[in-house]
Amino acid sequence: MFKILRKTAQTGLVTIGYPKKTAHLSTQFRGAPRFAFSGWRDARPAAEACPTAAISIQESDGARRVTVDYGLCVYCGQCAEADPSGAVEMTREFELAALDRRNLVLTAEYAVDNEGIQYDLKKLHHGYWPVEETSEILERNVRARIRQVLGRSLAIREVDAGSCNGCEVEITALSNPIYDAERLGIHFVASPRHADMLLVTGPVTRNMELALLKAYRATPDPKVVVAVGACGISGGIFGRNYATLGGVDQVVPVDVFIPGCPPRPEALLHGILLAVGRIEQKGLPQ
Amino acid sequence: MARRFPELAEMKQAFGGLVQSICAAHRNEVYLLTDGPDVRPIVQHLRSEYDARVAAVFAEDRCSAEGVYFNYYVFDQTGNPQFLIVQAPVSQEDARFPSLAAEIPAVNWQEREIQDWFGLVAEGHPNPRRVALHDNWPDVAPLRKSFAIDTVLPPFEGERHIYRPTLGEGVFQIPVGPIHAGVIEPGHFSFAVAGEPILYLQLRMFYVHKGIEKRFEQLPVNRAVYLAESISGDSSFSHGTAFCQAVEQAAEVEVPARARQMRTVLLELERVYNHVADIGAIATDVGFVIANAHASRLREMILCLNEELTGSRLLRGMICPGGVRWDWTSEQMDKCVEVLRVFAQEFGGLMRIIETSDSTRDRLERTGTLTPEKARDLGIVGVGGRASGVDRDARRDHPYAAYDPATLRVPVYQEGDVLRRMQVRVDEIWQSLELIAAAKAALAEPGSHRVPVSSIQPDRCALGVVEGWRGEILHWIRTGDDNRLERCKIKDPSLNNWPALVEAVQGNIVPDFPVINKSFNLSYSGTDR
Repeated sequence: MFKILRKTAQTGLVTIGYPKKTAHLSTQFRGAPRFAFSGWRDARPAAEACPTAAISIQESDGARRVTVDYGLCVYCGQCAEADPSGAVEMTREFELAALDRRNLVLTAEYAVDNEGIQYDLKKLHHGYWPVEETSEILERNVRARIRQVLGRSLAIREVDAGSCNGCEVEITALSNPIYDAERLGIHFVASPRHADMLLVTGPVTRNMELALLKAYRATPDPKVVVAVGACGISGGIFGRNYATLGGVDQVVPVDVFIPGCPPRPEALLHGILLAVGRIEQKGLPQ
Repeated sequence: MARRFPELAEMKQAFGGLVQSICAAHRNEVYLLTDGPDVRPIVQHLRSEYDARVAAVFAEDRCSAEGVYFNYYVFDQTGNPQFLIVQAPVSQEDARFPSLAAEIPAVNWQEREIQDWFGLVAEGHPNPRRVALHDNWPDVAPLRKSFAIDTVLPPFEGERHIYRPTLGEGVFQIPVGPIHAGVIEPGHFSFAVAGEPILYLQLRMFYVHKGIEKRFEQLPVNRAVYLAESISGDSSFSHGTAFCQAVEQAAEVEVPARARQMRTVLLELERVYNHVADIGAIATDVGFVIANAHASRLREMILCLNEELTGSRLLRGMICPGGVRWDWTSEQMDKCVEVLRVFAQEFGGLMRIIETSDSTRDRLERTGTLTPEKARDLGIVGVGGRASGVDRDARRDHPYAAYDPATLRVPVYQEGDVLRRMQVRVDEIWQSLELIAAAKAALAEPGSHRVPVSSIQPDRCALGVVEGWRGEILHWIRTGDDNRLERCKIKDPSLNNWPALVEAVQGNIVPDFPVINKSFNLSYSGTDR
């Protein structure tokens, strides 16, 4: 007993201050890539190198549409390595969680010459295709209401709907003394019936589809669903196939999307707090 | 030591026309082609005369190229770095092969996987029910080339799995999963209990089957590395390395010494962060929560170091065919030494707390015992095997990266209980720290960290093996055109080891199940793929 107490005293306080204080990141950490869209001459090498097709290209006569989907990105840095022009660079930004799937997508429309060089950026917009902004005011009202109901306490049921367990490694870390989500009133519960939030990792497999639906139905209203990681958002590197359905939103409605492969614990905290209106959305690096 | 694997002449003499040819594809990889699907006499011979073990069984669809399916039986021997791979054709018209599962329980699931994924029939299998597809799936054979990966299957109907009834007075069933109480991967456990003790445990896995082996056939090799990293997230680097080693073997590329040292460091860091987390989790499951608080702090220390060395807490994006993607600066290496110095100190302190707790020892000793006989019969590998007398470690038996088989110590215990599975982890962490220190010393010499692997010849077969922190990981590939793969077979150690859990829990009380399960800590995603 004495040994245990002594060890505790020696250890002292180890919990981080995030989100009140900024996160401590190593110098090497690879966060989201940033694209200098206006000066980008050729997106093809980066698109070719991307393992998950997060950078995709659609060619049409004299025009090229380059789409960057942060919901597919695994932050490997291959695009930055492959692009000779330096228009792609890796940043250390990780607070990427978004309330709308389209906010994770940037599409640039270029005019291209005969060599396939992009000489003019015509347009840059969110989403794969330009769309009118939706009823964001309504969304904000709903969020305020959720915040009112849930107060400052949040019960989370984690559902692994097909993940490789990388996301689980980081979600488990939220309960350790370093990240200690309990200090923010966040705790993990054993049953969806006790939960306010489903924190779902994916891709959703055919074999987990029913279990996820049942967990969703068992969670009392009002509830929020958070999709975690590239696979939870879009199916990631697995995509959609005979055994997987792709992202979590293919099965249940999703309120917040947290990119990453896996998202680091601070990014998870950011997304969870965003879902209950306790923190602001940051947006993509631009 | 057993005799080394036989030569062609001897096999021809013993088996006549049954053996077609023997060819050494690579230094440590010999293929023995048979005349037909019946490999029983050869397997029997290899097991009795050469003390060989079946490490893996898998199939390949070569119908369009060669008009047949092939079954592959991968053998290895203690003290011999070579693998002998028996390649047996199975005809399209008569898609049957004789089952070995009654003789060799270790191949039970693997043969059924061949049935489910290739539509071949393992004749005489003692339990031929589905394992890798659930019962409510239609009749499909997803790994046949004729099956398109994006096939949309109709909604499933009927029972997912029919469990065997367990009957008797006072006997009842406890169903658990697929969603569990904690942050754990999905799988279904059906316990038959009489009071507290567990009579019989039935498992239903493959809830997170993602079609990974099929997906490998679509990606060019440089992208497929990321898929390999996503087979089991906590073993990203081990799986990535096994895959890259197979690719390098096929491309006949020699990885520079510096890259091999760096891989060794990272493989050992992966072992350390997972082992220390498991030690903490075992402590938690017997109510010793403060030990877990320290252990998870130590894991975090290593995860931060991982990020310092690779940019990713789970070591992702670092491995590549031909070496590693980035070299380390002297600051990074100094940081590594400093973190591990503190880690060693703290880990020693943590173990003193755990080892001097009598009540913890009382809960762990003689709990969840797996006898050495059962471990051997079931082909248990890795931590679970070594705690039950299975003296096997790919780092020593099939050396790769910068491992030196002469100096590597493999901790082996005979008792096979939770305490010994924890002890194997403790011993391995101490050894990992030594291995990293040795690799660090070797890294003082500058050198190249990567050689290019530009184009890979098609139709080359190669095997990559890594002793991940859970145990032996095998990746077998056949290359195709345009730097793509025709086939990638993945064997995660978890696939071997789930049946061990079934044996180990028998007679134990239900409240001890979590700690027994944690002491194996198998990967669901690695199993299900």
